[in-house]
Amino acid sequence: MGIIELRNVTAGYNRDHPAIENVDLSVEKNDFIAVIGPNGGGKTTLLKVVLGLLVPFAGSVRVFGEQPEHSRKKIGYVPQLIPSRTFPVSVLDVVLMGRLSSSGLLRRYSSEDRAIALEKLENLGVHHLSKKRMDQLSGGQKQRVLIARALVGEPDLLLLDEPVASVDAETQHSFYNLLSRLNSRMAVVLVTHDVGAVSSHVKSIACINRHLVSHGEAIDESDVARAYGCPFELITHGVPHRVLGARRESDHG
Amino acid sequence: MAEMLSYTFMQNAFILVTLTSISCGVVGSLITVNRMSSFTGSIAHASFGGLGLAYLLGVHPMIGATVFAVGSALGIGALSGRNKLGSDTAMAALWATGMAAGLVFIKLSGTYSADLMSWLFGSLMTVSTTDVILTGILDIVVLASVILLYKEFLGISYDMEFTRIQGVPVWFVRGLFLIMAALTTIVLMKVTGLIMVIALLTIPAAIAEKFSGSLKRMMILASALSFLFSITGLFLAWWLDLPSGPVIILVSSIVFFSVLALRGKTD
Repeated sequence: MGIIELRNVTAGYNRDHPAIENVDLSVEKNDFIAVIGPNGGGKTTLLKVVLGLLVPFAGSVRVFGEQPEHSRKKIGYVPQLIPSRTFPVSVLDVVLMGRLSSSGLLRRYSSEDRAIALEKLENLGVHHLSKKRMDQLSGGQKQRVLIARALVGEPDLLLLDEPVASVDAETQHSFYNLLSRLNSRMAVVLVTHDVGAVSSHVKSIACINRHLVSHGEAIDESDVARAYGCPFELITHGVPHRVLGARRESDHG
Repeated sequence: MAEMLSYTFMQNAFILVTLTSISCGVVGSLITVNRMSSFTGSIAHASFGGLGLAYLLGVHPMIGATVFAVGSALGIGALSGRNKLGSDTAMAALWATGMAAGLVFIKLSGTYSADLMSWLFGSLMTVSTTDVILTGILDIVVLASVILLYKEFLGISYDMEFTRIQGVPVWFVRGLFLIMAALTTIVLMKVTGLIMVIALLTIPAAIAEKFSGSLKRMMILASALSFLFSITGLFLAWWLDLPSGPVIILVSSIVFFSVLALRGKTD
């Protein structure tokens, strides 16, 4: 049984113009999937359906075999980073938010909560920043803190929204290495509008633009073109080879 | 100073601003990090409609103001959860509608205009024991709430969606915050009047935000600054024979703009 099972899901904010329509998606235990699609293509809607924040108009959603809102404890969610955001909060306090559910209302965080938070920060190499104010960190550092926050709940599925939108190419590279490492213990699903930023670490790609066009091991340019409604080169600004070239190599090798 | 403090009305004024500083700093910090200062302005002005209606019906104006403030706070809160643009428009409409309704009601009730001025611009010289007790109770409620639910308040302010996914009853924590914001606005009307409440709630918190590593410290620093500005303003108003509300606001804003200028130089 899959971790995520979407069957014929239609969802959005307006019944007459759903953001996603008749979407089938299944995510298995060891998957590492990138869902790519243009802005407004329904990526966020898809995430909200999986997180149980949005009830679909039609279709069935099962996450870990249950209604999505009952499986949230098994999901580590990494929202999109807002780079310019200022907020007086320390790195450690951000990571501890991932323990809100296990800690419970009216309680302070336990020393165990803190120990786990610090351990995750250490695993991600940002332990030394724990007392710093979150908004003083670089984009890549913030990204790692948000992943640490998602990991403190010990999830079986990591869900990332536009994870590489605000980091430079070098940071992207080490970031994908990190995700690849995490993928040995949990399924990883990321959504992004930036096809050029999808690395060869990703095991499969799905394209979404209201419909989920392609999903699985094989992807070709016509799939992407259909998803975006325009030729592939235009979407990637002529650099599709890093993604597709790498995929083909691994397919044949 | 000894002479100044020998008057009961001055003692009451000092006690009141000390007490309001606590809820002002705590709630003002939450309002500031949630970027909701126009929300505060809106509920302050909406409450004026309640004041007018209370005068017209012959009930205590404080009751009318409180009902309108809490009602509009929860109304805007419910709207903003669904529609950001809609709630922005609703806030602007409520701002003006509250004032207009209040002025019409007050005219119809034939209330003496000095009463009106004290609601608009504050009346620290006429603080009653009831005012002091109500403010003290609000402080206790506000402090108990943020101490017991600190991590939840931090969570909904920093990342509402993530906090919701964590299973926190976001509607409850946010509702509590909105009610506290409305009540603090009402209590502060005694200090600065409803027109300037927005400044006292946001200026100390905005300064504190620049110098605090956590929301907790921001709340403490904002309360301290609010106290400092209020006391300084009260002293100056006494010496210069000026109305205390505006002087408190001027003291706050002079410090605020100085901090901005100094920070701008060093950055």
